[in-house]
Amino acid sequence: MEGLDYETVLAFCQSWSVVYFSLMFAVAIAYALWPSNQKGFREAAALPLQDDGDI
Amino acid sequence: MTAAANTSPAPWRADLFILPLIVALGALAALIEAARSPDPAMVIQAWTFLACMIAIGAFYLKTYGGGIPLEEREGYANNVVKAGVIASMFWGIAGMLVGLIIALQLSFPNLFYFPDWAWTNFGRMRPLHTSAVIFAFGGNVLIATSFYVVQRTSRARLFGGSLPWFVFWGYNTFIVLAGTGYLLGVTEGREYAEPEWYADLWLTVVWVGYLLTFLGTIIKRKEPHIYVANWFYLAFIATIAMLHIVNNLSIPVSPLETKSVSLFSGVQDALTQWWYGHNAVGFFLTAGFLGIMYYFIPKRAERPVYSYRLSIVHFWTLIFIYIWAGPHHLLYTALPDWAQTLGMTFSVILWMPSWGGMINGLMTLSGAWDKLRTDPVIRMLVVSVAFYGMSTFEGPVMSVRTVNALSHYTNWTIGHVHSGALGWVGYVSFGALYCLVPWLWKKKALFSNALVEWHFWISTLGIVLYITSMWVAGIMQGLMWRAYNDFGFLEYSFVETVVAMHPYYIIRALGGLMYLTGVLIMAYNLWRTVKDAPAEAAVPANLVAAEAV
Repeated sequence: MEGLDYETVLAFCQSWSVVYFSLMFAVAIAYALWPSNQKGFREAAALPLQDDGDI
Repeated sequence: MTAAANTSPAPWRADLFILPLIVALGALAALIEAARSPDPAMVIQAWTFLACMIAIGAFYLKTYGGGIPLEEREGYANNVVKAGVIASMFWGIAGMLVGLIIALQLSFPNLFYFPDWAWTNFGRMRPLHTSAVIFAFGGNVLIATSFYVVQRTSRARLFGGSLPWFVFWGYNTFIVLAGTGYLLGVTEGREYAEPEWYADLWLTVVWVGYLLTFLGTIIKRKEPHIYVANWFYLAFIATIAMLHIVNNLSIPVSPLETKSVSLFSGVQDALTQWWYGHNAVGFFLTAGFLGIMYYFIPKRAERPVYSYRLSIVHFWTLIFIYIWAGPHHLLYTALPDWAQTLGMTFSVILWMPSWGGMINGLMTLSGAWDKLRTDPVIRMLVVSVAFYGMSTFEGPVMSVRTVNALSHYTNWTIGHVHSGALGWVGYVSFGALYCLVPWLWKKKALFSNALVEWHFWISTLGIVLYITSMWVAGIMQGLMWRAYNDFGFLEYSFVETVVAMHPYYIIRALGGLMYLTGVLIMAYNLWRTVKDAPAEAAVPANLVAAEAV
């Protein structure tokens, strides 16, 4: 466990979490804005309005 | 004769074997505890649990004894949602009544203090109130609405046969066990997680059933897309499972006694508790109820979601950020400084996804704003989203160190929690229940719109009284605690702050009474809707004929 002390773990978390979070955010934004997804999203937005009646 | 007509011979079904077996094992464990436990509280808890297991067993016999009921062979599962609606109303009234009682205990301690009855003590009634409104009322609303929504948006019947019923009865068994336990003085002393180890174990079993029901329904869906409300419900179910298990890692002092000891200690324990505690707010009281918002507001307003793209960003940012905000409950404690800063920073960042969601909910009314004037149910839903926006702005402000130095441990926190609980969680639940009852019982409309108006205005005034009195009381309390005189001594004694807050406690109790009054009006209105409201128009004969051809 040499080298894996509190300070090392802390430094790793504090720096790499910024990269990790930015990356996750970029992926979410890209998915939301991806042009080929837009048609599906438009249909999904109206999903609650089309579910009347039984299966 | 009728029983035979409404059922059909049962093919072998795994759920009708496994679930009654779990109930039988639960009953057996309860019998052993009741017979062998030296702990009188455990004996009462065991008999209570046994009674619940017998009730569930009787339900299984009555429902499945003569074969599979027809209701379970076609269409959506509606009966379990109906049961959830009834349970929600029952627990809502019970939990809010207990809230009123403890508000009166704080306002008039001479009148509402009964030293001979230990179970009426504030220390036992307060967790009864919080658990009853959050987990009993809120939990039943979440289970009922999630079961309703996931079926419609997936166009598939609930997965698991009788599993949804097991989840419903099992969850309410947990509620009864927890609530009666508090009154007996059984508690882990962990905020919003007071039930002891055996109740926690039972909830874990039930929650796995809930996750299976929900996931199974999504997997067999006929819609290609998983609707955003289901994402929020799923995040709620999955995250609560993780939070519940980690926060409740403990060892019972004996398998025959109620008491258990946490695996964590010191500041690690404090952080675990508030990681759980704040995410109970974030995933139970926020993500779950956002699922309600994203289905019931578009449905009721008859408008599509304002921006589906925004809802995706809302979802992913909310769940990735919320999980880190817990340390803001531990500012100025032994928690390392950087961890406190982390909690504060994430709480401030959280403002953005929260307001993104609020904007999305409110703007869904574009083109339908006139309904705010004519439909009190949509007004309730919209006001709930406004309260969501308000309390998710207040929260980040209060998480800032310098503000928290004033607000922490004061009634400001109580006011903040209740603007979220009464305004957001309460109103979005009421709106959903007002929608669900006519839909489920196939009624044209609610029994009385005028009564919804009365409910809305009485409750809204009640919330305003509640939160403003707690703001004044809390800020005054905080300022009095930190006031120094010329000699460097504290200006006020503790009891002086209590005396100063007395009038505000009375105003708070009045606000609570008004809120409860609104809910009683609602219960009456819903009951009359089921009993007396005209039925939905039947399908015209020519359409039936056309279908037949």
